[in-house]
Amino acid sequence: MKPAHDEPLNPSGASSIGHVVTEAVDTSHGPILYLDDITVSFDGFKALNKLTLTVDEGELRCIIGPNGAGKTTMMDVITGKTRPDAGSAFFGQSIDLTRLTEAEIAHAGIGRKFQKPTVFENHTVFENLELAIKTDKRVWASLRARLGDEQLDRISETLRTIDLLEQADRAAGLLSHGQKQWLEIGMLLMQEPQLLLLDEPVAGMTDEETAKTAQLLKTLEGSCSIVVVEHDMEFIDEIASTVTVLHEGSVLAEGGMNEIKSDERVIEVYLGR
Amino acid sequence: MKSEPLSLNYRPVEQPFFTKTGWTVVAVLALVALVIVPILYVAVPQEHPLHLSAYTVTLVGKILCYCIVACAMNLIWGYTGILSLGHGLFFALGGYAFGMYLMRQIGRDGQYQSDLPDFMVFLDWKEYPWHWAGTDSFLWALMLVVLVPGLLAFVFGFFAFRSRIKGVYFSIITQALTFAFMLLFFRNETGFGGNNGFTDFKRILGFDVTSPGMRATLFALSAAALLGAVVMTRYLERSKTGRVLRAIRDSESRLMFSGYNPLWYKLFIWTLSAVMCGIAGALYVPQVGIINPSEMSPANSIEIAVWVAVGGRGTLIGPLLGASTVNGAKSFFTQSFPEYWLFFLGLLFILVTLFMPKGIVGLVNRIMKRDQ
Repeated sequence: MKPAHDEPLNPSGASSIGHVVTEAVDTSHGPILYLDDITVSFDGFKALNKLTLTVDEGELRCIIGPNGAGKTTMMDVITGKTRPDAGSAFFGQSIDLTRLTEAEIAHAGIGRKFQKPTVFENHTVFENLELAIKTDKRVWASLRARLGDEQLDRISETLRTIDLLEQADRAAGLLSHGQKQWLEIGMLLMQEPQLLLLDEPVAGMTDEETAKTAQLLKTLEGSCSIVVVEHDMEFIDEIASTVTVLHEGSVLAEGGMNEIKSDERVIEVYLGR
Repeated sequence: MKSEPLSLNYRPVEQPFFTKTGWTVVAVLALVALVIVPILYVAVPQEHPLHLSAYTVTLVGKILCYCIVACAMNLIWGYTGILSLGHGLFFALGGYAFGMYLMRQIGRDGQYQSDLPDFMVFLDWKEYPWHWAGTDSFLWALMLVVLVPGLLAFVFGFFAFRSRIKGVYFSIITQALTFAFMLLFFRNETGFGGNNGFTDFKRILGFDVTSPGMRATLFALSAAALLGAVVMTRYLERSKTGRVLRAIRDSESRLMFSGYNPLWYKLFIWTLSAVMCGIAGALYVPQVGIINPSEMSPANSIEIAVWVAVGGRGTLIGPLLGASTVNGAKSFFTQSFPEYWLFFLGLLFILVTLFMPKGIVGLVNRIMKRDQ
């Protein structure tokens, strides 16, 4: 029952009912995500310890590391779920992530996929995408909201991308594990994000589904920046250009896949085991 | 692979507001409640077999008010998944707000023939306390019926939802809230008649409250309000807001990361629900002729949750069926076996939870599916 926000977080000063960040993401200096010296501790345990990381626009970045290295905590900080004790987190040049709520960050253009597939199980596949679509998400707008042809076409397009067109009318809870993962990715795409955070997108997938997911991510590469946390080395091998290894809350190594694979320290803490 | 898809682009099939059968049922029920019942009660002579007694009209009118409360509970619990165990409070506050007007309408016809209500004379008060100001105005009383439960719900909800109080914690706090208000209203100094509450009403807008015409009017108004509640529920159910509310119930964090702020959705439906309870309470009090703090007792609020559970959470008509059957059973039991009613209620709740998780509506759906 910990209150997550004691003061209303609203740097823009606009009506707090709004929570619509209209500011565009400024990536004029290259990176879309800056994490600088981030520290998060839980009861003395440092989940993140002076973590510094930047992700460039359009980049596909993989993050690996042993359990407890701080991968999920890092995602929590970026999406506003956890506030860092120290350090700064910026989206583009000007959006301070440590001052926005989860909803505002989602509006600003960061989409997050959870470790466990999280979709609205009692809603149809179509309704899941409809809820995610980028639009005015305030109460009054939702009371009168009707989908225009253009939006319907966008949903259809996403349904095709994630290969769920045939299942559009089914309840999302009836989908297979892999299909749920894709639906969740589809929901993120509907938000038109500039940065996608994917927490173990192929966990529990069959080899065939994993390959299909890798293909899906490759088609997205370039249209937005993607950060993937994964354990599946084969999958990472297939998609990644740059790999960052986290260990005990900070960056242990960073570089191309081959570089990482031959790094002594990485082998010791992670790959070797 | 399908040979020839009809269209490359998906288009959802729109659900009708009500089906044809649905519209017919609504029209017939509206006709019965708004025309036939008043005629049978007021115009048909007493010795005629079709005549409806005042007792029946009042009993059904009372149940209609409970149905509105059940509808309100369904919005917050059935659709949004927030179990309130304090809805009796909003119902009672609506009742008290209108009750103040009813007390003012007694005028000098009370026991002590004073301008003040009897309980104030008894306390040796010389004038109305500040919060009674303006309550002799019918319109102000109507506004209070909406404003008091609405404002309380808005302020309480804002802090509770902003602090992200959820699940059983929220239920317990609402239970404590209604209990605290009950204790407050029990005090004579609060100025609402202490444990006797308000009773002995005489008039509304100068018309006798016990006259058949007034009873029929209150009955018809209750039916109309219930109809409005059902239509509004259906509108919400079909709107995107309804889908967002169900998404809050099923996976609130996914919704937040999709860019929604659940606070305002919860606050909207919570306040709306409280206002509906207030209106129901205001219609209830003149029909039963009394309002006292026992309406705020924790057990009353729990009973509201039982109605909705019995009928079927998150369904359009389930709460109405639940409120009617449970209260029908209650009238029967409290007359025939008064000491067994609470045992029966407890048993009913256990049986429904174990064997009918989706209530009466779920059971009927299951049977109909089996037959197909």
